[in-house]
Amino acid sequence: MPAERFVRALREAGWATLVVAGLSFPIIAYRAEPDFNNLLALQPRWPLFWQFCAAAFLLRFLLAFWSGDETKAKAPREKNWPKLPWLGPLALVFLTIYPLAVVALLGPQAALKWVDTYGVQILIYVLLGWGLNITVGLAGLLDLGYAAFYAVGAYAYALLAPATGLGFWALLPVCGLLAAFWGFCIGFPILRLRGDYLAIVTLAFAEIVRIVLINWDVVTHGEAGLFGFPGLNFFGLPFIPGPRGFAAHFGLPFQGIQKQIFLYYLVLVLALLANLVSLRLRRLPLGRAWEALREDEIACRALGLDTRNIKLTAFALGAFFAGIAGCLFALRQGFVSPSAFTFSESALILAIVVLGGGGSQLGVAVAAVFLVGASELLRELTFLKSVFGENFDPAQYRMLLVGLAMVAMMNFRPRGLVSTRAPTIKLGATS
Amino acid sequence: MNWLDDPILRVDHLTMRFGGLLAVNDVSFAAGRGDITALIGPNGAGKTTLFNCLTGFYQPTAGRIAFSSEKLDAEKIETLTRSARKHDGETFLLERMADHEIVRKARLARTFQNIRLFQGMSALENLMIAQDEALSRAAGLSFIGLLGLPSWRRAEQAAVDRAVAWLDRIGLKKRADDPAGSLPYGDQRRLEIARAMCTKPALLCLDEPAAGLNAAESHGLAELLRGIRDQGETSILLIEHDMSVVMRISDHVVVLDYGQKIADGSPREVREDPAVIAAYLGVEEQEEAVEEAVLSGGGA
Repeated sequence: MPAERFVRALREAGWATLVVAGLSFPIIAYRAEPDFNNLLALQPRWPLFWQFCAAAFLLRFLLAFWSGDETKAKAPREKNWPKLPWLGPLALVFLTIYPLAVVALLGPQAALKWVDTYGVQILIYVLLGWGLNITVGLAGLLDLGYAAFYAVGAYAYALLAPATGLGFWALLPVCGLLAAFWGFCIGFPILRLRGDYLAIVTLAFAEIVRIVLINWDVVTHGEAGLFGFPGLNFFGLPFIPGPRGFAAHFGLPFQGIQKQIFLYYLVLVLALLANLVSLRLRRLPLGRAWEALREDEIACRALGLDTRNIKLTAFALGAFFAGIAGCLFALRQGFVSPSAFTFSESALILAIVVLGGGGSQLGVAVAAVFLVGASELLRELTFLKSVFGENFDPAQYRMLLVGLAMVAMMNFRPRGLVSTRAPTIKLGATS
Repeated sequence: MNWLDDPILRVDHLTMRFGGLLAVNDVSFAAGRGDITALIGPNGAGKTTLFNCLTGFYQPTAGRIAFSSEKLDAEKIETLTRSARKHDGETFLLERMADHEIVRKARLARTFQNIRLFQGMSALENLMIAQDEALSRAAGLSFIGLLGLPSWRRAEQAAVDRAVAWLDRIGLKKRADDPAGSLPYGDQRRLEIARAMCTKPALLCLDEPAAGLNAAESHGLAELLRGIRDQGETSILLIEHDMSVVMRISDHVVVLDYGQKIADGSPREVREDPAVIAAYLGVEEQEEAVEEAVLSGGGA
């Protein structure tokens, strides 16, 4: 019945427009700005308000008109991905040759951005995603303050490297262990909490860490952050021009990108190691206990599992990975400050895990590439300035992208990119 | 009267109070080694509360729960009660122990009224988690397991063999790799019992194992439980509403009503006990109807 459908779509669009009007009235119709006397002056923006309402009406109408009968129940339309056993090895080969290929194609100057921002940065987020996946995806403990452990790792390196004179090879595990220690500490008070309550406490913990970093001026230099700590070196050879540097030792011309390429491979190896450890742990009693805890805590206790230890190890190991990632972050930036470890950072890492589908390594990696890579790609869209004017900054729309990804996910794959769970042990009994 | 001569579990003056509600009121009974002991009573009689006290899920308000998989000695219990210890390695005071300790050290396993399987995990994985104690020891803080040393692989194989033997016994070998939540209801019930058995318990506590099963399935369940008892390593304590199951398999029946024990004895004694009949069917003197209802429940 097209007429009936038309009327229903019209009605739905009307309601949607009312909601949009109600929501946007206080924020869009008037804008409060301080005037010359520093008093707030209201600046009416009614045309913009009407544009918003019109857009909402039109979009909602079209959606309701074309999407058909909403009242009928729909069968779940989630499909399994085809099995692609070659995908892993192919990705590995690609990741191995990627920095060299980029340098060969673009030259050492232009390739820097592609190796550093798109390579190292995304890989650090993959590592973070895999770490948080242990806590959230496997053990089912919702952690909204993961950036705190990331911060502990980064500050541990930035503070300990100049103070102890140790190289990053020695400090890398120290950063991980310190973060794991804090994971252990936060784990204790929240052992008896579940679900939302647990999430709130982890959120608060992350804020405590951030505020301590801001206010403990003597040690952390507050908002200004720490810099000038020793950077990366190649087994004792620093990446500097001159006879004592890495380039001279191997008879190569000095290029700034050599350090980034080495960092890239370092992060890649560590991420793969983390992946290997979590994949193997899943098949061990500890990993199975994590998943059992996610499924049913009471049943765990009835089987003699000590849920306290299971929760603590899940928190500590997840935090360990974050500490390692934090150390690598400090090496990449050469500068750490509290502004890098805000709640939005925790939210982004959590979004990676949720989008990837809790429990799946590949899904998390793909989600990290998508969310971090796409928001970086936004910066490249400078041509949009010719459309929207000189003041348009596409990078400002990063969070919009995360939001869109989440909405799309809820619509099409509500349980994440990879939602199927492979048993950790198979009998393969078909007869 | 095996439960008096050689008990595996002795509950003395157990009381559990929730605020103003006295859920279990001064209950004492014993369960015999090698017996199937049934705990019956009308809804709200305090059966599940008692179970939760036994398995450490609740801390009882008062009372003592003594347990030993070897030999329960009255003198040892007294010595232990006066000391501050939880157990002496052989005799255990369950009211002093945490839930996971009760499973691991005292060797008491339980199932739940509403099935609590790990729904998303396969049937085989469910049984592997139940063998966590042996596997964790073999995995050596996960390090030996991470390296995949032969000692770990042998332990894992042994655990798989044990799990497969149980799957075979409950007829679920073909579905070993399917998620437990996708199994039919009756299979889930039996899988939960198999999972509890994989912890190698000395006493298996079942909370309404026949609930929701059809006649054929509850017959099969009764056979399974009798088989477990006849192997001689595990005694059984069960809460059950299905009188045909209770009367067919149990050696000893304890009846609770309003948190108090009202009868204790062999199935035949309990069936004829006027207090039990009154609790189940009301106190009005409708002798014939009472006799008939109880007997038809018990005689099937």
